[in-house]
Amino acid sequence: MAVKPIPREGDVRIPSGCAISAVMDKSGKRHDGSDILKSIALMHDRGNGLGGGFAAYGIYPEYKELYAFHIMYETHESRIQTEAYIDKYFMIEKQERIPTESVASIKNPPDIWRYFAAPHPMRLNMSGLDESEYTMRHVVHINSCIDGAFVASSGKNMGAFKGVGYPEDIGEFYRITDYSGWAWTAHGRFPTNTPGWWGGAHPFTLLNWSVVHNGEISSYDANRRYVEQFGYLCDLQTDTEVITYLFDLLSRRHGLSQEMAAHIMTAASWEEIDKMSPEDAEFETALRITYASALVNGPFSVILGSEEGLLALNDRLKLRALMVGEKGSMVYMASEQAAIEVVCPDAQNVRSIEGGVPFVVQLDEVAQRKMNESAENIAKETPLAHETGVLPPRRREATHA
Amino acid sequence: MLDHSLPKYRVYRDLEECSNCGVCIHSCSNGVHYKSADGVAIKADHKKCVNCLRCVVMCPENALAITEWPQVGVGSSNWTLGYMQDIAKQAQTGAVLLSSMGTPNSYPVYWDHLLLNASQVTNPSIDPLREPMETRVFLGSRPNMLKINERQRKVVSKMPPQLKMNVPVMFSAMSFGSVSLNTQKALAMAARELGTFFNSGEGGLHRDLEDYSDNTIVQVASGRFGVDPHYLNNAAAIEIKIGQGAKPGIGGHLPGEKVTAEVSGTRMIPQGSDAISPAPHHDIYSIEDLRQLIFSLKEATLYKKPVLVKIAAVHNAAAIASGMARAGADIIVIDGFRGGTGAAPKRIRDNVGIPIELALAAVDQRLRDESIRSTVSLVVSGSIRSSADIVRAIALGADAVSIGSAALIAVGCHQCGDCYRGRCNWGIATQDPNLTRRLHPESAAKRIVNLVRGWNKEIEEMMGGMGINSIDSLRGNRYMLRGVGLNKKELEILGVKHAGE
Amino acid sequence: MLENKKHFVCDNNKEELTLGTLHFQEANELIRQKLAKCSSLILRNVFAQRYIGCAMPMGKSIYVFGTPGNDMAAYMDGGSIEVFGNAQDQIGNTMNDGVVVIHGRCGDAAGYAMRGGTIFIRDDCGWRVGINMKQYQDKCPTIVIGGNAGNFLGEYMAGGIILLLGKAGSYLATGMHGGVIYLRKNIDLSGITDDLSICPLDDSDETKITGLLNSYSENFGDELDKFTLPDIEEFVKIIPKSARPYANMYAN
Repeated sequence: MAVKPIPREGDVRIPSGCAISAVMDKSGKRHDGSDILKSIALMHDRGNGLGGGFAAYGIYPEYKELYAFHIMYETHESRIQTEAYIDKYFMIEKQERIPTESVASIKNPPDIWRYFAAPHPMRLNMSGLDESEYTMRHVVHINSCIDGAFVASSGKNMGAFKGVGYPEDIGEFYRITDYSGWAWTAHGRFPTNTPGWWGGAHPFTLLNWSVVHNGEISSYDANRRYVEQFGYLCDLQTDTEVITYLFDLLSRRHGLSQEMAAHIMTAASWEEIDKMSPEDAEFETALRITYASALVNGPFSVILGSEEGLLALNDRLKLRALMVGEKGSMVYMASEQAAIEVVCPDAQNVRSIEGGVPFVVQLDEVAQRKMNESAENIAKETPLAHETGVLPPRRREATHA
Repeated sequence: MLDHSLPKYRVYRDLEECSNCGVCIHSCSNGVHYKSADGVAIKADHKKCVNCLRCVVMCPENALAITEWPQVGVGSSNWTLGYMQDIAKQAQTGAVLLSSMGTPNSYPVYWDHLLLNASQVTNPSIDPLREPMETRVFLGSRPNMLKINERQRKVVSKMPPQLKMNVPVMFSAMSFGSVSLNTQKALAMAARELGTFFNSGEGGLHRDLEDYSDNTIVQVASGRFGVDPHYLNNAAAIEIKIGQGAKPGIGGHLPGEKVTAEVSGTRMIPQGSDAISPAPHHDIYSIEDLRQLIFSLKEATLYKKPVLVKIAAVHNAAAIASGMARAGADIIVIDGFRGGTGAAPKRIRDNVGIPIELALAAVDQRLRDESIRSTVSLVVSGSIRSSADIVRAIALGADAVSIGSAALIAVGCHQCGDCYRGRCNWGIATQDPNLTRRLHPESAAKRIVNLVRGWNKEIEEMMGGMGINSIDSLRGNRYMLRGVGLNKKELEILGVKHAGE
Repeated sequence: MLENKKHFVCDNNKEELTLGTLHFQEANELIRQKLAKCSSLILRNVFAQRYIGCAMPMGKSIYVFGTPGNDMAAYMDGGSIEVFGNAQDQIGNTMNDGVVVIHGRCGDAAGYAMRGGTIFIRDDCGWRVGINMKQYQDKCPTIVIGGNAGNFLGEYMAGGIILLLGKAGSYLATGMHGGVIYLRKNIDLSGITDDLSICPLDDSDETKITGLLNSYSENFGDELDKFTLPDIEEFVKIIPKSARPYANMYAN
């Protein structure tokens, strides 16, 4: 008997609630995944077993110059097709199945592979794009054009491990205690209906970005239609995806700091701006006018991971909870305070993150380097999507709203 | 020649209630009511009635009502009484039929097929009475990317001039000549009070309104009435009028009898002469010429004022709007075909142009497809009837809306559609001093302010229900809309899903 | 030529600018800066810079060598612009006051919606010159064309004066409802519509024409071969029959 397929992320928009958690060592020292596993497991009841995942930074030091693609395949054909595609546009240094453990509660996992690759030098050159933009567009191409293949992560020296299940089971499945990284983020998901799809789990990643997010943003379609102007395709129709694209646009492409990008997304209110000095008001007004559609509205708490470190952000009205605590060079973040204390009972300065005020944790060496950099942003002049032809032609509105 | 035309309305007078006070006689400039031969009873010349309802509102005894003329048609849904009456009039005069206000024909009103969303469980609604709710809008062009100095918190790239509006509503262009000076004054006062803008229209700017320059948009149309450097600089922004929703593709004729001394002084033309606006701007025969006119205005005002360009919603609006953005327009204004007018040939008004909802959706999407939507502002008009229409328009992709008819209805207009005759009993579409003094600028301004404030509260309420606390997050947020009773193509153009999806 | 201009020679407060292919935005900014400090400005090597003299106030003079761009003297509020060469399209667009002198020809739609001031064109002009020109109180816009005019001269004309020394094109003065056009009697006037009257000159017309012809001769006489002032007898005038040409077009 044929079973009517349940719509997935991308076919429909599925609201969900969640737990999020993160651990980072500012010194760059690497730790295995046991702490993050413990922290997210404590918040078991904030998820419903329909999605869990982790992002880890610093896990592939031996291949740190290469893009590490984690790709999930639902069919053998999709792997053949994807590998041919990657082979055309990238030089693969190494490819292998990601080692997994069999876990009773994890059903029907896809075939999960990883590839360490560099952009094909000649094709990169001919594209007129820089390395990261080139890679991003090909990743988006695979995700939207190859049926049954999904790139779970595509950054350097980092990776995402995610799937359908409770996060503690997903962690065990991926054997995350076998990896060591200087930063870990985790996500336990509570979608309102069953996506049953591994690609739809979180963190969402793109290049070095990873985003875990709790809440449902009410500005979703305004944000989506804003970023889609600039060559992003919001195929998954998730908040996490659009928030990632906003960070990518503002920070990687427009050259703004992550903190400024976060500030734009949770801009000062007009009421606050009206009370500012004329100079400050002019600055904030220019930001709000130029980036009006990058304002993110509705309840959310977000932890952004990147090669620089972590950034935590709560919405302007602080409708979601997000706590932070520190000990030495360690920084812990979680939806609930106990999820910090369970791994670091003597964490200091445990506090909640204010609404609309980004909390930034940078690697010590990144913080050092940033201090000596120019304070003016330099944009990357990127050719538009329709000029390079890497991405599929833009779809009509109604087919994906 | 025998006049074949029939009355349209019948004045119903409750003789038991009527006290023969004569207020109706004085209130009607069309001479409908008159004393009968006995000198006591009041009678009505039904044929003269235009259904403006002035007498009904003024009657102290509530003795009056206007009803339809009881004549039935022949039962043909093809040869309706309306078409036959039009033919009769043209057979008699050999003239072009004139009309006023928006088309009364039953074209689809897409606003009425779009329903709004609200938050339940997964996302909280916000109560605008307790939590901040932002309806402030800035209009103008802006860069896709801002260059800033993060440490000094300073903008490095120069921001183009912007219009700041505290409400997402401004007032449509209505020239002095088409409406009375008192009407314009009321709009100007209301604009100042609300923190928004009124639009001079193409008839120049009366000296009494020069004090309101911070809330004034002056218009440059093909006739260039009253346009000189002083006029251009005495405003917050300049609008180039290419077309109007009620009469796309044609010019305008303000008949000489409306060119009174005051109108003549403001338009800077001789008294009593027809004020003719050519159909096109004769310095714009192509899109690159629009750029030339836009920049001539920017040169004349030293790049300190945003330039709006207004077009009627026509078939190719999306491509035209994209060209306008590229030609340097800071604000694109699109006027839909249900929009009002002081006077337009009836066949043009009722048959030319497309609904604003479809034009807006197409324009917004085209600008996004070309990656330029965020660099330009988009204002729509053409029958915005309520705050819900505004929310729909902004969710479809507009930055703000412009209201004309609604503002006039607030001050007394009852949409009788007789503006072109210049006998407006409410003192709006007339230059007759006996009629214009019926409209007190201060109290009329108050009514407009009340209307817009009421609407703004409703907008806040609807946004709050969606879990949105800034209008920036509503703009283009089509996820907040669902269609009802629309076909696939309509949904595709509007970019919304059907209710239930 | 410039050296012969009395008011130029007498002006001690003059400056020069060479524009080359500078963009109009920079060029006009420089022109405004210079004019803020001087009363006469010579522009050399001008190539298509638009809007020269845009909204220029009274008391300033610009002398242009080269080919100025479109919309020269747009919204001009006074002063003078003299072009030693040809001018492009839409000169004197919505011009309010002042004088424009073109030692050559000009393009289309010169003097569109012009309300005041005078434009002298030595040679021919393009199509739709003087379109929708209007007058108001003491303002009477005037265009003098030494050569031939293109079609639609004075279309929609609502006021002001056009003096044409050469031949007119087709559709002369269609929709004209104000002002006056002076033409030579000997040109073909058969295309003139019934809404217009062709009348002989009266005394005040003669005074106006004589004054304009003298100015024309003063501006261009010495640069034209065998130029002689035409006889006033050679002219007729065209005026509209009504200031309300479309009064009966609409059914009320």
